[in-house]
Amino acid sequence: MSSDIYKDIILDYYRHPRNSGNLPDPDVRAKDSNPLCGDIIEMQLKIKDGKVDDIRFNGKGCAISQASASMLTEVVKGKTLNEVKEMGKPDVLELLGIDPGPTRIKCALLGLKVLKLAVYLHLGQAVTEEVKQLV
Amino acid sequence: MVEEATTVNVARIREDFPVLKRQVNDKPLIYFDNAATSQKPNAVIDAIYRYYREYNANIHRGIHKLAEEATLAHEEAREKVAKFINAQRASEIVFTRNATEALNLVAHSWGKANVGKGDKIVVSIMEHHSNIVPWQLLAEEKGARVEFVKIDKNGELRQDEVQELIDERTRMVGLTHASNVLGTINPVRDIARTAHRFHAVFVVDAAQSVPHMAVDVRDMECDFAAFSGHKMMGPTGIGVLYGKTELLESMPPFLSGGEMIREVHMAGASWKDLPYKFEAGTPNISGAIGLGAAVDYLRAVGMKNVYDHENQLTRYALDKMKQVEGLEIYGPLNADRRVGVISFNLGDIHPHDLASILDEDGIAIRSGHQCAQPLMEFLQVPATSRASFYIYNTKEEVDVFIEALEKARKIFAR
Repeated sequence: MSSDIYKDIILDYYRHPRNSGNLPDPDVRAKDSNPLCGDIIEMQLKIKDGKVDDIRFNGKGCAISQASASMLTEVVKGKTLNEVKEMGKPDVLELLGIDPGPTRIKCALLGLKVLKLAVYLHLGQAVTEEVKQLV
Repeated sequence: MVEEATTVNVARIREDFPVLKRQVNDKPLIYFDNAATSQKPNAVIDAIYRYYREYNANIHRGIHKLAEEATLAHEEAREKVAKFINAQRASEIVFTRNATEALNLVAHSWGKANVGKGDKIVVSIMEHHSNIVPWQLLAEEKGARVEFVKIDKNGELRQDEVQELIDERTRMVGLTHASNVLGTINPVRDIARTAHRFHAVFVVDAAQSVPHMAVDVRDMECDFAAFSGHKMMGPTGIGVLYGKTELLESMPPFLSGGEMIREVHMAGASWKDLPYKFEAGTPNISGAIGLGAAVDYLRAVGMKNVYDHENQLTRYALDKMKQVEGLEIYGPLNADRRVGVISFNLGDIHPHDLASILDEDGIAIRSGHQCAQPLMEFLQVPATSRASFYIYNTKEEVDVFIEALEKARKIFAR
């Protein structure tokens, strides 16, 4: 593992999470946990013209899971649902700026999984195996 | 009992464990995850290696030389384990895969035959999932119920609840000898006597005690005891169920098939004597031989020495940890009331983050719910970090661990 996993930016998002809280009237919400460590993330989305119009998240867990979820909410605003469906592990690693290593990668991907669950739910589509296996 | 050594040279002992020479992230490995699994001495690794290189054969039925040697070594291991825990007979030692399977054996075999509708099973809130879930499944199937003895603020069993919950409807009482989270050493003999007063069977989870202190099943007055080989320097895949002869004899088989039968006819089958009735299929022969070697090793060190060393180390660690700002320790603060297992949280740092930071310094600790979710709920924490010691750990390692905790505190204080 890289020794700078707890870079200032990750701790900053952990301590001061952006887009944390609830939307007054979300179009869709999804929630999931990592059974290994009990980390929980919930995402609430407002969708307009096939795009993410607004987003909030709630959660409990380690710095990696909470910071990556918060970072994701910032970058998906304005993205089309199809663009969100296309996002993957490399996008999350780019946001974090580090590779947390094999034992912690699932912490980093929980937010992305929940985000995708919300999109599939909103579209009324079956969740793909690829999404289920993110965490 | 064989006379045991009286002095312990930890530096010499460390030489026996090849993995302790390893570097992790360019730092010497500090292995503080012994409650999850222990490291293995050369004596154990060599015993397994020798079996496969020199006398690998299936046991019990072969007439040839290799089969004879393998059978002898396997049964010698059983005798070593029996002596180690002071069982009356080697046939009271049933080899299983691990402590979990041993507890499942009791739930499936004894439990299905003896627990009925409206009956009660009493366990403690500090049990590992392996001493909860088999009983919950049994209770569900039989219409019985599982009740939990809680703990006080020191992490010790509430005696008032012990007296209140164990009654004439209680068929079984299950208790951990030493908690894998709190480290608490439970007064097993007292609870055994309470259980027996109501003719309930008393099952001890000894997975965290047998590796770390002298355990005498007759002195504990337990009916069953379960433990795992891999936590006591043996290999994975071998565990032990100790059971009193009259109970084991009264019980139906658990798994069935080869090795455990006396005769099989189209109309039915009859079982072998103890302990083979409970050992279906080719067993983990190398595992048993490895466990036997582990028992030899522990006896040579002396279980009193193992306990005393870990007790000193635990006292030292508790004193140092109490001085770390924001560190909360779960379980008894008195080292004499616990084994060398210390669960804690440091400020609001998530245990997984803490484990990652300590790993950077080569320190292996555990983080998570420690397979004890009911206890985590009771303590109202989602997870904990856990450091757990063995005979090969040192005060110098504790010092490095404390420094790493301070480093983590500083990183998260930014």
